Amino acid sequence: MTEHIVVVGGGTGGTVLANDLADRLDAEIDAGDVRVTLINDDPDHVYKPVWLYVPFGQRKPADGRRPLADLVDDRVDLRIDRVTEIDTDAKRLRLQGSPRSVGYDYLALATGSTLAPEEVPGLAEGGHNFYSESGATELREELLSFTEGTLVLSVVGTPHMCPAAPLEFVFMADSWFRERGLREDVDVVYTYPIQRVHGNPHIAEWARPLMDERDIRVETFFNAESVDPEAQTLTSMEGTEVDYDLLVDIPPHSGVDLIEEAGLGDGWVDVDRHTLEAEAAEDVYALGDTADTGVPNAGSVAHYQAGVVGQRLASEVRGRPLTATYDGKTLCFIETGMDAASFVEFDYEHPPSPAPPSEKLHWSKLAYNESYWLTARGLL
Amino acid sequence: MTDTDVEYDETVDARGAACPGPLMDLIGKMRDVDSGTVVRLQSDNDQSLTDVPEWVDEAGNDLLAVEEGDEHNEFYVEKA
Repeated sequence: MTEHIVVVGGGTGGTVLANDLADRLDAEIDAGDVRVTLINDDPDHVYKPVWLYVPFGQRKPADGRRPLADLVDDRVDLRIDRVTEIDTDAKRLRLQGSPRSVGYDYLALATGSTLAPEEVPGLAEGGHNFYSESGATELREELLSFTEGTLVLSVVGTPHMCPAAPLEFVFMADSWFRERGLREDVDVVYTYPIQRVHGNPHIAEWARPLMDERDIRVETFFNAESVDPEAQTLTSMEGTEVDYDLLVDIPPHSGVDLIEEAGLGDGWVDVDRHTLEAEAAEDVYALGDTADTGVPNAGSVAHYQAGVVGQRLASEVRGRPLTATYDGKTLCFIETGMDAASFVEFDYEHPPSPAPPSEKLHWSKLAYNESYWLTARGLL
Repeated sequence: MTDTDVEYDETVDARGAACPGPLMDLIGKMRDVDSGTVVRLQSDNDQSLTDVPEWVDEAGNDLLAVEEGDEHNEFYVEKA
């Protein structure tokens, strides 16, 4: 009997996992013992880290977009459709574009994050963000005509994709305005919901002095409650108010309704943080942003988790003990300007220790971005 | 196990969440509840022992009790 593994979501986690399975289980797939299906609602794969560079004119959104069909191994059945229902008792999925449901023996969910700016009144109208293609493009136009005034970067929602990105944006903006001789005419303000500039205390401790050196004004304990686009003010639930001329926000994020409707979690799948197995259903895994593990929503996390889920699924279909576990490993480059970057590596047991910023690390980040497509293919 | 006499209206179970997840979960709940509501936050992240009291004080809410347990801590916060 053929064992059917279905992967939902064609972002980093889902794509790397599908390719990992195609490689790991090639003999079983060729023999017809295993079938791997990847379902995504967009024919393209999007590498979102490119969006950070779009507002500064250094990349185009198209640089981060490629057809999934070009990235996914031929042994994988690629279906472009939207999953509308997960029935974990019957082990079946319903699809938007087909009256026939899809059965699975093993399911891996990599449905990712969605943006929810509507949770904060006025945010969608008053703010800009680089967390979408259209947002990053619009922000580029705003920045090009912004020559004086107050630029506010407000971290409204946590957790959010790439926890380093808000810091990177203000460091890059500071550098960009300096290079253009405009920095003295532009105030850069950074707001964060808790009492430090980043959720991880070690990264916050490292970043705060850099922000002070560069005259980036910091407002902590700032949980944005509403935005007044007319008055150009941002009000916090702690009772403070910040004026802006250009508001760049990190919007609230949410998971997908599908997860909640399936009883797997509140948009994020409740999982064992080592095995990545869903707590509420058998033979269901989650990875990347979709897995509620407490680690950062980062591509490196999805990449490492895909390897773990791939190993566990291969053991499952071969009837062997499941030994692979995820240890919380996260790697992240952090841009500290237009020509320097830092780097952190950490896991569940070991905290991050940011490397001194250097030009070499900046170029390493750019080089990785270019070679990312090898990661998506499962080669790197 | 924890033991307290404080009565609460809502519970936020943030056990297993990494920092600042527990505090952000609490903040999210406090947005949604009415003044006078008591929220119980469960967290097994030690950073919450400093993060939560500091935020509660900054936001002008009341920290009614902190119960430290072997497995997790519980924070009882009343919305001002």
